[in-house]
Amino acid sequence: MQDIDVKSLETAFQDRIDQEIKIEPRDWMPEDYRKNLIRQISQHAHSEVVGMLPEKNWLTRAPTLKRKMALLAKIQDEGGHGLYLYSAAETLGVSREEMVRDLLSGKAKYASIFNYPALNWADMGVIGWLVDGAAIVNQVALQRTSYGPYSRAMIRICKEESFHQRQGYDICLQLARGSDEQKRMLQDAINRWWWPVLMMFGPHDSASAHSAQSMKWKIKRVSNDGLRQKFVDQTVPQLEFLKMTAPDPQLKWNEERGHYDFGEIDWDEFWNVVKGVGPCNKRRLAVRNKAHDDGAWVREAANAYAQKNN
Amino acid sequence: MNNNLYQYLLQLGDNALILGQRLCEWTGVAPELEIDLALSNIGLDLLGQANQWYEYAAELKGGDATPDTIAFLRDAHEYRNVQLVELPNGNFADTILRAVIFDTFNLLLHEALTQSSDQRIGAIAARAVKEIGYHARYCKNWTLRLGGGTEESHQKAQKALNDIWDYAFEALTPGPVDHWAKEAGIGPDLEQVKSKWEATLQQVFHQASLQIPKPGFVDRKAKSEGIHTEHLGYILAEMQFLQRAYPNLQW
Repeated sequence: MQDIDVKSLETAFQDRIDQEIKIEPRDWMPEDYRKNLIRQISQHAHSEVVGMLPEKNWLTRAPTLKRKMALLAKIQDEGGHGLYLYSAAETLGVSREEMVRDLLSGKAKYASIFNYPALNWADMGVIGWLVDGAAIVNQVALQRTSYGPYSRAMIRICKEESFHQRQGYDICLQLARGSDEQKRMLQDAINRWWWPVLMMFGPHDSASAHSAQSMKWKIKRVSNDGLRQKFVDQTVPQLEFLKMTAPDPQLKWNEERGHYDFGEIDWDEFWNVVKGVGPCNKRRLAVRNKAHDDGAWVREAANAYAQKNN
Repeated sequence: MNNNLYQYLLQLGDNALILGQRLCEWTGVAPELEIDLALSNIGLDLLGQANQWYEYAAELKGGDATPDTIAFLRDAHEYRNVQLVELPNGNFADTILRAVIFDTFNLLLHEALTQSSDQRIGAIAARAVKEIGYHARYCKNWTLRLGGGTEESHQKAQKALNDIWDYAFEALTPGPVDHWAKEAGIGPDLEQVKSKWEATLQQVFHQASLQIPKPGFVDRKAKSEGIHTEHLGYILAEMQFLQRAYPNLQW
């Protein structure tokens, strides 16, 4: 194609974005837009799937029938989110097999938060409340993302995520009203998850590799730092209601800014976990790889059977 | 309290709970995402059914009994599930063959229970039977795929069947409580259930090219006397951990 043609296509494309018209699978799009979206959506899908593991860890030990059912239903929703995000990414011309292969080889990333361990029952509450809470703040912004299939997937996912968050907070409330041991569990879980959750919003805007272009293409709608602030502002009152504390001595209301101030994230830890050197990176990937390898003969059997009976 | 009725409800509830607990172990690690979701669905149905049977049982028992005290605060010998459902998941073929044997029975049982002289049991069974119908179809379809898929899947399915077949009959062998239930019109005649169950499974296994092993009958007495496999203790140790470590709390 002539350069001039590409230029005019790009201009038309950016015009559509600027007019808030959604980009659909058959529309022309810049190759980098496509790649950027595949990266982001598949990463999101992988996060849902790997995110099943920390919660699965407590599923068989859930303390009541009601909690066990709610947790199983929540994990199942996450698997479902993974499925429709993979489908959304497939509209961009990449297959689920390729995406899964990249996850299993370690080439593709998933949310670093799931590389932290779930160590006591309160983690099931805190993951729902804080991790899903942070995910919602991200995803609400993504409901308006410029790519149609991704935007629609986000709208559907957000509804279920808000339910998960309430469910998580309900576990926390119950523990906060409980015995000293239960309060200790809750505080311990908050202490361990607080900073990793703030890291979920990514590096500072100034240090974010994909941010500027993504904002221009409206794949991303609000900056990392903006979303992080929003999350802290909405979460602190919930934390106070539980009569729990955050492991951040600098966390306090700033009257002038109309926002909470908070301390600096340990960026060394952030980059370490992103690069694969976190508490559970190896274990999470090993579990996914083993499940995939152990399941190979089952998938082969299903294919062979389908072919014979066609 | 009518102890026979209570024990009968425990048989129903414990089968659902223990199999549901086993299926939870597949969560996040099934051979494929779609299978993961389906096994979760089945697990959720079973846990919901267990909860309903236990609600009824807790009302009969009275006092402080709740579905949770029944589920979480008994020791192994007090559980009335059959040994089949407490067997480890093994590989996917082991899980599917265990399921097709159990679900085929469970569907026939619940179909009969919809006609129970006990209205509460009839109502619970009427809801559950739709769910169990799906479980039975799902496991049958996978039995056909594994049996007729590849040589490897066929071998694995046949081995699974060989390994668990002598656990199959406990559910269909009437114990004293089943005799009581039959006399009271509460539950079915298990001899009749057994002949339908055998006919259904023969057809499924034939279609899946799987050989039914010689019936090496083992007199298993988990549902009637609480004599379980060694596996149940571990299942309970895990499942009951929080309730045991921190007693009398709300969660």
